[in-house]
Amino acid sequence: MTDTTTATGLLALHETMSVIRRTEKAAHDLFMSGLVKGTTHLAAGHEAVAVGARAALRDGDYAFATYRGHHHAIAWGATPEECLAELMQRSTGLNKAKGGSMHLTKAESGMLGSYAIVGAHLPMAVGAAWSARLRGTEQVAVAFFGDGATNIGAFHEALNLAAVWRLPVLFVCENNFYMEYTPIGAVTAAEHPAAGRAQSYGLPAEVVDGNDVVAVRDAVARAAVRARAGDGPTVLEAHTYRHYGHSRTDPGKYRPDGELERWLERDPLTVSAHRLREAGTSGDDIAAAEHRAAAVVERAVANARAAPEADLSEAFTDVWADGGAAWRT
Amino acid sequence: MADVTTSQDVVTYRDSVAEGIAREMRRDPAVVCLGEDIGAAGGVFKTTVGLFEEFGPERVWDTPISEQAIVGAAMGAAMTGMRPVAEIMFSDFLACCWDYLANEIPKVRYMTGGQVTVPLVIRTANGGGLGFGAQHSQAVENWVLTVPGLKIAAPSTPADVVGLLASAIRSDDPVVFFEHKGLLASKGAPAPDGHVVPFGEAAVLREGDDVTLVALASTVPLALTAAERLAADDSVAAEVLDLRTLIPLDVAAVLRSVERTSRLVVVEENPYQGGWGGTIVSVVADEGFELLDAPVKRVAGANVPLPFADALEDQVIPTVDKVVDAVRSLTKY
Ligand SMILES: Cc1ncc(C[n+]2csc(CCOP(=O)(O)OP(=O)(O)O)c2C)c(N)n1
Ligand SMILES: [Mg+2]
Repeated sequence: MTDTTTATGLLALHETMSVIRRTEKAAHDLFMSGLVKGTTHLAAGHEAVAVGARAALRDGDYAFATYRGHHHAIAWGATPEECLAELMQRSTGLNKAKGGSMHLTKAESGMLGSYAIVGAHLPMAVGAAWSARLRGTEQVAVAFFGDGATNIGAFHEALNLAAVWRLPVLFVCENNFYMEYTPIGAVTAAEHPAAGRAQSYGLPAEVVDGNDVVAVRDAVARAAVRARAGDGPTVLEAHTYRHYGHSRTDPGKYRPDGELERWLERDPLTVSAHRLREAGTSGDDIAAAEHRAAAVVERAVANARAAPEADLSEAFTDVWADGGAAWRT
Repeated sequence: MADVTTSQDVVTYRDSVAEGIAREMRRDPAVVCLGEDIGAAGGVFKTTVGLFEEFGPERVWDTPISEQAIVGAAMGAAMTGMRPVAEIMFSDFLACCWDYLANEIPKVRYMTGGQVTVPLVIRTANGGGLGFGAQHSQAVENWVLTVPGLKIAAPSTPADVVGLLASAIRSDDPVVFFEHKGLLASKGAPAPDGHVVPFGEAAVLREGDDVTLVALASTVPLALTAAERLAADDSVAAEVLDLRTLIPLDVAAVLRSVERTSRLVVVEENPYQGGWGGTIVSVVADEGFELLDAPVKRVAGANVPLPFADALEDQVIPTVDKVVDAVRSLTKY
């Protein structure tokens, strides 16, 4: 794995974030033109959380994400083409066109799914961490979730169980300050919806700048060291902001004037570009990385568009482990 | 209930649960158990007695009262190489973790295009007849039947408990395993070594040519007793089928039997509204219409919450009398 503490390593993270950003833009445009159906929850603005976390972890570590999970799928190795093909209902889709935007999964690299019932995947991540411990591996499991998820029971059950069993699991909240259309502060008394709850479960917590890939990487690295050492879970609350609305065509009218613009000044790509220049990376090298990212996504869109539609026989596969769907004799 | 105890009936249904789990834990180190009070306490129903002593705290885990975390963690562990056996104390409590049974466990393989496998078992004490009232007595196997993607087992004998547990734990698919509270103290022949009962194979427990009684778990002994009474009092020969699993559902066995008997009575403890008998009957109506000489009957739980008093509970759950009456109502055809 590239050493992400070097300028070259950081440039690789910047490039991955740029790939995600462009994939989200493509998903948005394809949705608007009717080529992506159903729904999307875009993660533009959240890139640093996924890419920073992945950079701090090892191959084989597990990730569980939400319906807003394109960035995690890509950070965990899914290609933009597989993702966009899935959104466009192509047979080449990441989930064979049986999942869609909300369920992107790249199991072969440990990204064990995107789940659309708020909070449901936190206990799963606890279980994956329990399994790692039972099997005697040094794997850790990470659950990524929104600020809104901190008010559902599964969040609290997961934190308590992980704490009492001292499991190698990281709870990473992507606090974008909204649950759908409602500000999180309007429905949560705790100032920090995730980090503020950790203490009551006996867990350490950290609030981090979720738009700074280096800050996220370092916080996740610290938590992973604790987890692998047998010191149990950590709650991280990464502050970030989504650039698009909640889903589909939501224009985000409920956001106060100027809020998006203020956050755009701290766009994760702007922050990492700034860090790169400080580390001595030339503007040309940064531009070249962004060009490569743009080319990858352009090719992905073209290939996904050209790919065959979902294979009809797939409607009746993959229910059972034998591949089939038989329910009776 | 029929007094059909013989000298070989030496083990209880209750002990067979622990025996069935222990056999699988001995042969596969990936099998681990979790649930409330299942460790040193041996389970609220004493169905896990001895497991903690034999396998220790790294294989048998006591949990907090967190049904979502129990089943969700089992799912995460199953996706990553373990074969967890999770206990939900009373099946009524499945409602507290229903998201995992309705939305997560049965869907994840399909919606990821087959990328993950979820080899887990959720065991739970099901059913009424013990006066536990409306929130601790329900037969809820029909809840699970509403969700494609879950296998369902509900044994009626100690040997089937062991044999179906073997299949359930070895299955790469998720299984909900219903242990009937009313049968826990019942006795039967012990399961032979290596006993495995495959899913989707109904057992013909009594042969007869006049009527087919289809039963599951607690209604199996009811149907057998009713069959004896019908033979003695009415000279009616009832065939009794124990489905043993609801998914896969052995409707072929039902159709084979109805082909000979031409009459069908389904005996199910879950409520008539939405009960599993409706699925059996619809397949028979569709594929076996010409085999029938009489209307089909369902003796099922009544469409009311379960009352506490024994006499009231008897009013609303299947009884031998109700089965006998249902069969008699068909003899005029
Ligand atoms: C259990 C459940 N309740 C409600 C919803 C509908 N819903 C989907 S996303 C969402 C908001 C979640 O907000 P947050 O956790 O902050 O995540 P974000 O969308 O901001 O990433 C809601 C209420 C759901 N999917 N699941
Ligand atoms: Mg949010």
